[in-house]
Amino acid sequence: MIGLEHYLGVAAVLFVTGIFGIFVNRKNVIIILMSIELILLSVNINLVAFSAFSGDLVGQVFALFVLTVAAAEASIGLAILVVFFRNRGSIDVADVNMLKG
Amino acid sequence: MMVFSFYLFATLVVVSGIMVVLARNPVHSVLWLILTFSSAAGLFILLGAEFVAMILVVVYVGAIAVLFLFVVMMLDVDFTALKGEMAKYMPLAGLIALVILVQLGLAIGNWQIAPQAGDLRAAVTPEGIDNTRALGLILYDQYLYLFEASSLVLLVAMIGAIMLTMRHRTDVKRQDAMAQMQRDPDVQLKLVDVKPGQGL
Repeated sequence: MIGLEHYLGVAAVLFVTGIFGIFVNRKNVIIILMSIELILLSVNINLVAFSAFSGDLVGQVFALFVLTVAAAEASIGLAILVVFFRNRGSIDVADVNMLKG
Repeated sequence: MMVFSFYLFATLVVVSGIMVVLARNPVHSVLWLILTFSSAAGLFILLGAEFVAMILVVVYVGAIAVLFLFVVMMLDVDFTALKGEMAKYMPLAGLIALVILVQLGLAIGNWQIAPQAGDLRAAVTPEGIDNTRALGLILYDQYLYLFEASSLVLLVAMIGAIMLTMRHRTDVKRQDAMAQMQRDPDVQLKLVDVKPGQGL
């Protein structure tokens, strides 16, 4: 029988994969954005799993909100990426020093 | 059958998630990302959350993944140079991932639902109603303001993305509708009476 722990395990592995992806692809912003999507997906799996196993629908409502924020974040991130590539001709994160921060 | 489907979808989610991160070609990464989202939608259907599964397919696969695919194919980037240093960061990344995985495993292993948790539910899943209808009943009632706020988030993201990427190139001729409408025929148009056989 599949319990809550199984779903939490899948979500945990997916979350760790996302973090691993951010560290391993230090230079490629596109893969970093995809890793953030993986992390948000694992959060969604957690929310829906808790919602299903505790019989509370609010988890699914909040999964929808997380989905909305993920969509907004991806579109803004890719827009910034396009503008950055237009100005600098590369998407290397190490080059992002125009603000001199 | 449930158990088999769960392990099938879970394996697909995990394997394709790892392939997103490790694939050499970013286009392949996006395709693996699509497989991850589709398998996660399968997991959601197993949990009885059909509406979230449908929205996941529509929003993630239909919109976000296609957006990624557009950007990856539009930008002319030398990806082999970016991938070159991947092996350098591998040990550190593996260590961090292992530590977080062990921590999450410890948290999940020692965890149980409190006995009073059932009384604290905000919206108990109703019996005899399908998932989409039940979700709509509380989304448009209890969570109406949050729903409207999320639409504002999307609006701001849309305006922001357009503002960021829009540019007026000076080296390209553009149509200026206002200037066209402002033109006065009496000034712009000159009637010349050309005599036969002479020309201008």
